[in-house]
Amino acid sequence: MSATQTQGHVAAHDHHDDHGPAKGIMRWLTTTNHKDIGTMYLVFSLIMFLTGGAMALVIRAELFMPGMQLVDPQFFNTMTTVHALIMVFGAVMPATVGLGNWMIPLQIGAPDMALPRMNNFSFWLLVAAFSLLILSLFMPGGGPAAGWTLYPPLVLQTGDAFPLAIFAIHLAGASSIMGAINIIVTIMNLRAPGMTLLKMPLFVWTWLITAYLLIAVMPVFAGAVTMLLTDHFFHTTFFSAAGGGDPVLYQHIFWFFGHPEVYIMILPAFGIVSEIIPTFSRKKLFGYDAMVYATASIAFLSFIVWAHHMFTVGMPLAGEMFFMLSTMLIAVPTGVKVFNWTATMWKGSLTFEPPMLFALAFLFLFTIGGFSGLMMAIAPVDFQYHDTYFIVAHFHYVLVPGAVFAIMAAVYYWMPKWTGHMYDMKLANIHFWMSAIFVNVLFFPQHFLGLAGMPRRIPDYSTQFADWNMVSSIGAFGFGLSQLLFVYIIWKCAKGGARATDHVWEGAYNHGLEWTVPSPAPYHTFDEAPVVK
Amino acid sequence: MPTNLVKRALAALAVVGLSVLGTSPAMAAWTLNLREGVTELSREIYGLHMLILWVCVVIAVAVFSVMIYSIATFRKSKGAVPADFDHNTKAEVIWTVIPVMILVGMAIPAAKTLVKIEDTRNSDLTIKVTGYQWKWQYEYVDEGVSYFSTLASTSNEARQLDSGADVHAVDNYLLEVDNPLVVPVGKKVRVLVTAADVIHNWWVPDFGLKKDAIPGYINELWFKAEKVGTYRGQCAELCGRDHGFMPVVVNVVEQAAYDAWLAEQKAARQAAVAPAAQTASQPAAGTAPNAYETTTVLVANAE
Repeated sequence: MSATQTQGHVAAHDHHDDHGPAKGIMRWLTTTNHKDIGTMYLVFSLIMFLTGGAMALVIRAELFMPGMQLVDPQFFNTMTTVHALIMVFGAVMPATVGLGNWMIPLQIGAPDMALPRMNNFSFWLLVAAFSLLILSLFMPGGGPAAGWTLYPPLVLQTGDAFPLAIFAIHLAGASSIMGAINIIVTIMNLRAPGMTLLKMPLFVWTWLITAYLLIAVMPVFAGAVTMLLTDHFFHTTFFSAAGGGDPVLYQHIFWFFGHPEVYIMILPAFGIVSEIIPTFSRKKLFGYDAMVYATASIAFLSFIVWAHHMFTVGMPLAGEMFFMLSTMLIAVPTGVKVFNWTATMWKGSLTFEPPMLFALAFLFLFTIGGFSGLMMAIAPVDFQYHDTYFIVAHFHYVLVPGAVFAIMAAVYYWMPKWTGHMYDMKLANIHFWMSAIFVNVLFFPQHFLGLAGMPRRIPDYSTQFADWNMVSSIGAFGFGLSQLLFVYIIWKCAKGGARATDHVWEGAYNHGLEWTVPSPAPYHTFDEAPVVK
Repeated sequence: MPTNLVKRALAALAVVGLSVLGTSPAMAAWTLNLREGVTELSREIYGLHMLILWVCVVIAVAVFSVMIYSIATFRKSKGAVPADFDHNTKAEVIWTVIPVMILVGMAIPAAKTLVKIEDTRNSDLTIKVTGYQWKWQYEYVDEGVSYFSTLASTSNEARQLDSGADVHAVDNYLLEVDNPLVVPVGKKVRVLVTAADVIHNWWVPDFGLKKDAIPGYINELWFKAEKVGTYRGQCAELCGRDHGFMPVVVNVVEQAAYDAWLAEQKAARQAAVAPAAQTASQPAAGTAPNAYETTTVLVANAE
């Protein structure tokens, strides 16, 4: 990466006169400060992560043994559906938005986000969205249970939860679009003098590209769910064959959103890992330009591969061929990224603090998820893999030890900057090893289950699948409990701890503008723009 | 400190791994891999699966070796001094071009198999499969034989919440039906797949394929089973509360046995239709699988 060096002056000191945070609850309700809003996003995301995780544990508890022991099948379906909606829209996306809020202004030398009031609005919309979604669980007929993909006609059988879930998605989508606009405007307009686009830290780059993806696809998704709404309440037949509509049309629209959505979750993670590996290798990122171009290529490809999620709907041969080949192409830029991260470590001087440990686990385990992704790109073989636990294993590998581990790495990397305290390294190491071991116990056996023929989204299974399911469930509870440790570490760090230096990490010295401001970062930073050479 | 932890973690994983491998022949349930199946297509698909799996394993070994070597060697604690390079055009070109070549190598056999899979011409018989919440209807298109196939009652009782049943004692728990599909061995069977309510998916792993059953669509797949036997699968598309409880069971039998079975079905159907004509719409329950009235599924042909 083209290093961002400040010209001597450290920009940030507390404002001399006013503009400290308001007191009490009003501070959080009315704040327009990017750091406050970033913190709220991150806390919200953590709460959602634990909520969605609890639902996952209901699923894994029911699947611990064959036979139905705990829940009704309909409730089981509600759990798989809401677990996914919460984790995607409530945990992973808000976490990356929170990190973006906190770090993008600090990394580009901006005093705040460009549109601070909208920033506040987009956060509180998200709270409204998830209040609606959680409320929908208590409606007559139960919560949404048609899978997070909300395929019609099944989703139209949802009870009173239906409009609540749809409006929750609308609100979350509006919140995401606003967040994305804010990030683009901030990056385009508020960079410090001298910080050209190709000098931006990779986290900023990946977020910029992610924000464009969000703006492109969120309205598409909003359109799709609005059509569901009118099909349900106003007798339109967009997705009903009986009225001249087409259920498969929904799937095309959904996945035109859904595939870029996958990259919306993983690109910021790529950015995080591209920040952390150089710091703890004490070396510049290998192939900065290639990393930027690879990210852009992945984003472009994400728009032309959507139907690989629906190889079994009965597409014409030419369609299957096209989507197979375009999907395989994604392996090339993704491979470039993995090779560049590896080359960054090559001949570096590595240390293994918790952020680096999580980044390294990301590197190995995301790559495993990439391999299974390549396997299911092969359309004829996907006819076997499709809708089995092999798919479940694949996307959990890219999302849990992929996106989620990267987010945890980011928290461990930047938390001293946020709180001014070092966290308990010993506990963080334990958290890492517990998470890294249990996540594999949890998800690796699911590859075997899928290959052996276990479909996904079933509450009970034939006895041949019993053994690996039990192993997977043990991993799930181990992984879930480990995350309580994560909460404790964060809480403890917020309360106190050894004082962090400005650059926090030895390798972070001269590694970016965020390390030039004091720890904790004052309420207002870069009142005067730093100059980047 | 992390080194010790790594070593210990690896040792623990190795123990778990070995014990799993060691017991796997004795306990068939620890299945690890896709099955080869009993059709030409399923074997080709299995071959592709193994090919791409080994390609991934080879790449993984190469890439992970470099990563592990870097982690083990370039440590600050060992006095490693960071180098100053941040790009290498030759290396970057190489690791862009080689994956492209590997992908082309993969795409060619995959495309060939795909073409074969989609060729449903020259079939020996056609069966229409309709998915319902939560059962299958099988219709022998040219024979006028049609019946429903639902989860066997033994499984259905055992799968109720807190049934107290020992599901291990139930034969083919959740993979048994009252009326299986019956097809002749060695014949190209064309399956038309559709649904009456929501989307389902008809899947028999041993035949290599699954296909969505979509209301308003008639999808096609084909198989030619090469071995007599009973093959089991499940609905593979979430279709509501009892999605997990609508298995697919196919009996592949000799041609003679198939002919006899079909004749029996037709006879039973005749017998069922006659009394039904007298007692209006009352179905003659219990006579034979096909005692149900044939339901004409209203599907717009969207093909």
